[in-house]
Amino acid sequence: MYSSGKICLPIAVVLLAAVGGLAGATEPGSFGYGSVATPAQIAGWDIDVRGEDGTGLPPGKSTVDRGADVYAEQCAACHGTFGEGEGRFPKLVGGVGSLRDERPEPTVGSYWPFAPTLWDYINRAMPMSAPHTLSADDVYALTAYILSLNDLVPHDFVADRNSLPKVKMRNRDNFIWTDPRPDTMAKPCMNACVDAADVRISSTAEGRDLTPRTTGPLDTMQPK
Amino acid sequence: MRPDPLRSKAVLSDLAGPNAPVVRRSFLRLGAALTGSLALGGKAAMADPAQGSPPADAPWSQSIGAGVVDRPYGRPADTEASVIRRNVPWLTASAESSVSFSPLQDLHGIITPNGLFFERHHAGRPDIDPAQHKLMIHGLVERPLLLTMKDILRFPSISRIHFIECPANGGMNWRAAQMNSLQFSHGMVSCAEWTGVKLSTLLEETGIKKEAKWAMVEGADGAHMNRSLPLDKCLDDCLVVYAQNGEALRPEQGYPLRLVVPGWEGNVNIKWLRRIKLGDKPWHSREETSKYTDLMPDGTSRGFTWLIDAKSVVTFPCPEKPLDGPGLYEIRGLAWTGNGKVRRVDVSMDGGVNWQTARLHEPVLSKALTKFTLPWRWDGRPALVASRVIDETGYVQPTIAELRKQRGSNSVYHNNSIQTWQVKSDGSVFNVQLG
Repeated sequence: MYSSGKICLPIAVVLLAAVGGLAGATEPGSFGYGSVATPAQIAGWDIDVRGEDGTGLPPGKSTVDRGADVYAEQCAACHGTFGEGEGRFPKLVGGVGSLRDERPEPTVGSYWPFAPTLWDYINRAMPMSAPHTLSADDVYALTAYILSLNDLVPHDFVADRNSLPKVKMRNRDNFIWTDPRPDTMAKPCMNACVDAADVRISSTAEGRDLTPRTTGPLDTMQPK
Repeated sequence: MRPDPLRSKAVLSDLAGPNAPVVRRSFLRLGAALTGSLALGGKAAMADPAQGSPPADAPWSQSIGAGVVDRPYGRPADTEASVIRRNVPWLTASAESSVSFSPLQDLHGIITPNGLFFERHHAGRPDIDPAQHKLMIHGLVERPLLLTMKDILRFPSISRIHFIECPANGGMNWRAAQMNSLQFSHGMVSCAEWTGVKLSTLLEETGIKKEAKWAMVEGADGAHMNRSLPLDKCLDDCLVVYAQNGEALRPEQGYPLRLVVPGWEGNVNIKWLRRIKLGDKPWHSREETSKYTDLMPDGTSRGFTWLIDAKSVVTFPCPEKPLDGPGLYEIRGLAWTGNGKVRRVDVSMDGGVNWQTARLHEPVLSKALTKFTLPWRWDGRPALVASRVIDETGYVQPTIAELRKQRGSNSVYHNNSIQTWQVKSDGSVFNVQLG
């Protein structure tokens, strides 16, 4: 058994190397499936904007005042007249200085690190019930208005592909983009890991009336 | 999923011809039994136990059942009507941008049935025509491609079993024990066998320019949900999939095409995948700045925290499945880690004073749910049941106190802490936190 194993091993290594070599040699287009995407096709779908430097922002521009009009028509029903948020729809303004509080309020003004991301998101996803219906100019207008509501730009601000990346967002420098985890170093102790007398319940979900039922029809509960 | 008494009547009248008097009678009886039991909350057809138990011959044994293709697709028994995805109505502003939870308390393996896989939508579930759906791959590539579903199905296929977990799973318990339910505390994790193409195969087909370091992945839904991924991860183990547990993806899971990013937070597993663009820097989209970033007590935030750290939970007992008096039970649970395989799971009955190692059930797969069990003779005294997973890197699942010490309680995402269930002497079970 040993000898055959010793003989087989080098063969296996050679075979693996050969297969690996083939896989590594794959040239672009070697399957040849599909079609090469044309510049016109790409232009239609190439909507992404980079937050940090605004790469991808299209031509066009608009003002805070125009934004107020578009906002009243397209956004205020959910986000409130001044971005305060209706019901549980997101607030767009406020919360500045709240991030270390017991109840922080992350908004465009207090939390978002990059202004071009706001243009990208409105253009990409808003208004929720009719996405991709706003012109580039109107998206610039809304971006200008929401930034203005947050006192991030002056009232005469004109939003365009050059001005948006230059807007200094308050929380810009407070993100760490490298994951520091694992950040806990628990040890897998098996016996007498803590003093039994120290085991105490610090919180319980019993009686909180927050949990929908998990049998019968779907629950429509609201918090009391 | 709802039992449909009208439909049962239709079946009855179909079969109640002159040649089927016996059938008719027994169907009437079965119908009455089912309707009665369902009215009482779906407790099986046992309203009169004597009817279905020995020495009596059960009513369903005295009749002929429905024929093949009576249910051409198939569905669970009517008495399982409570086993459904559920939402927390007060949690989100609208059902279109919301989440539903998988009923883990009623599931028995590592595979989540397709109809029970948790949902997270940002602009609702789109209705996509697969004949028109396209995947575009462009940016820093040699040869930008437009692929139809037919094209994608021709590439070499691969099947892998992986979990997907929303990083906000357990988010409602960061501050305190809030949801008294396994479904609502842990139900944003599910696991399936995914079939599709390696993303590396598609990217090699387009050719990768050497400046490319990142990929932007985007959905065809109304929100065009998009995220940035490091190219290394794309080439390592990402899959572009069209099938889930052997059948086409469900619409709510991304039909006809989704990305699976094994072991990373659910949000990057873009559904309804329409576009992949390679670039030299990340995009910092709304979903990776305003959302899916973790706010720390000092006011800084962590971004690009993609990894799902090791996590486990006891699925029996749980608030939905209390104990029925003292005696021998099997503690059951699930464990998973984005770091690879589960190495070990320990279970404590006394709130973490002492632990016993549970049995892991094969298959133990990388970045997949793993089942564990441990026999337990319950003496009827109050207990604090918890599980703790150790993954193949040696990482040990932390307590909520250990997590809070590092991250406070406002980080929303990535709560992978040990779950403690309080068992009271009457067998009832509650979600508690120790501290």
